[in-house]
Amino acid sequence: MSRLVVGSIGPASSVQDGGRPGAQRYGLTPSGAMDRMALAAANTLVGNEPFAATVEIGPFGATFTAKDGAVRVAIAGAPRNADIAGQAVAIDTSVTLKDGETLTLGFARGGAFTYLAIEGGIKGEPVFGSLAVNARAGLGSPYPRPLQADDELAVDAASGAPELRIELPKPSSDPIRVVLGPQDDEFDDANKALFLDSEWKISATSDRMGYRLEGPAIKHLHGHNIVSDGTVNGSIQVPGNGAPIALMMDRGTSGGYPKIATVITADVGRLAQTSAGTAFRFKAVSVAEAQDEAKKFAQAIRALPDRLRSADTVALNIEALSDANVAGHAVSAVDAGTWQVAAEP
Amino acid sequence: MAATLPPPRLLPSGDSAVTVEFSRTIDDAANQRVLALDKALAASAIDGITETVPTYRSLLVHYDPGKIGFDALSEKLLPIASQPLPPTAKARRWRIPVAYGGEHGIDIEDVAKALKTTPDDIVARHTAGDYCIAMIGFTPGWSYLSGLDESLQMSRRQNPRLLTPAGTIAIGGIQTGIQCLAGPSGWHLLGRTPVRTYQLHRNPTFLTEPGDRVTFFAIDHKTFEEQDRAAEAGEIIAEQVVT
Repeated sequence: MSRLVVGSIGPASSVQDGGRPGAQRYGLTPSGAMDRMALAAANTLVGNEPFAATVEIGPFGATFTAKDGAVRVAIAGAPRNADIAGQAVAIDTSVTLKDGETLTLGFARGGAFTYLAIEGGIKGEPVFGSLAVNARAGLGSPYPRPLQADDELAVDAASGAPELRIELPKPSSDPIRVVLGPQDDEFDDANKALFLDSEWKISATSDRMGYRLEGPAIKHLHGHNIVSDGTVNGSIQVPGNGAPIALMMDRGTSGGYPKIATVITADVGRLAQTSAGTAFRFKAVSVAEAQDEAKKFAQAIRALPDRLRSADTVALNIEALSDANVAGHAVSAVDAGTWQVAAEP
Repeated sequence: MAATLPPPRLLPSGDSAVTVEFSRTIDDAANQRVLALDKALAASAIDGITETVPTYRSLLVHYDPGKIGFDALSEKLLPIASQPLPPTAKARRWRIPVAYGGEHGIDIEDVAKALKTTPDDIVARHTAGDYCIAMIGFTPGWSYLSGLDESLQMSRRQNPRLLTPAGTIAIGGIQTGIQCLAGPSGWHLLGRTPVRTYQLHRNPTFLTEPGDRVTFFAIDHKTFEEQDRAAEAGEIIAEQVVT
């Protein structure tokens, strides 16, 4: 057994996996990774099940040191500079930390969350089948809270398997697709059009519970108090001030504001990775189209192993590639610093 | 055979859930239909349904679009949701001890003043109620109860409190509730119960279910302290009444 010791780590970084659905009827929110595709890609690189527990790293940097043996890890998700003793580590690759070596991760350069998967997963005591941190409910393992400096993760010793990279499709910058409803009839056509035709930005006060959207105020037909009903990941509710909130993985299981639209399953991770301040739009699609996309998304996760390549075959200039990927998506340290920790709403 | 009831509205909540809406307002009859559909679906084992979340007026049905599409699921849901209510099954009934007033119910004096009566009378009216758990939500174990005496219904606080204690028994609007974990609340705090409706390392983790019946009885603050310690150690303090 090896250990992975946290050196420095920013807020909004916690152990996350596929989450714990199944107890929403008791008020327990599922939590889990904000970007399931990136979670699955990181896990696939080190031979784990796609939804195994990883470290979800927020927009700030972090360092991790291997102790009591070598540790094999992989990073996927928001691109950022990474190195081991000055030797660059590319996003979407696996790498083995020798005993005592430190992996240093910089700020996210575009996007918000990077997933650090560890070969064999993270050892902990699952609650309802999951190690995912839900700070509000005091759940999660090995720590029921965001990670802090000097925390230690018990992990397997590295197997010595050859290092891999994963070839993922270029991140899409298409509009975030939504299915209107369930309460779109609480808004008139003009306000629905305003929602769909306007440019939106994610507020810096967003967190794992909800993304606040900055744009025009959306007005309700009959006032903003409805009787609470159930929520899903990606529900977009409109409170009294007219500023929509997209509910994310640490959402309340029920909510009392009208929900104008719901982000489709295939695009929730893309919304999660939209940096604070970056302009984007929504696009309405039919339930049938959203369900086709959900099936394709699930299939793409199952097919991730087909995208693995030997790390030795890298024939690309990694730096040029990552620069191309993040052009126009730079996030400043100031922006990143205003992200809130889930436990401090 | 009884006539079928008016069908609910089926509202897509994205691609993996559907809101089965029986009413647009809080309505006991609608809540009874929500709870009946919840039970019927648990028994029906429709392939693809992953979990259900009852609320006052609607049932949120989560499903896997890889197993069943919205149209196919709707076709299966509608006839079940339009069935006449089955004869009322014997609900589980809980007797929940509450330490009213003082440090545990800091709003009871103000509530009594607003309603031009005494704190003792507020306790009498609150303990006389026969409540139904309409839904559990917001945070783990928070049980929302219907059946609050009309004379105790008052609007919520202008300024919600950011932190209210675990076990808070409060009233807000036409509801009363058992709040399990410490957290924000805009309700009026009448007392505290040592009962944990949610406790992680206890069997069962969740004590209450939507549809359970609840009555409250007053305990003194010394009894609260004793029972609170026992509950912390994992003891189930609530009395289950066999009817």
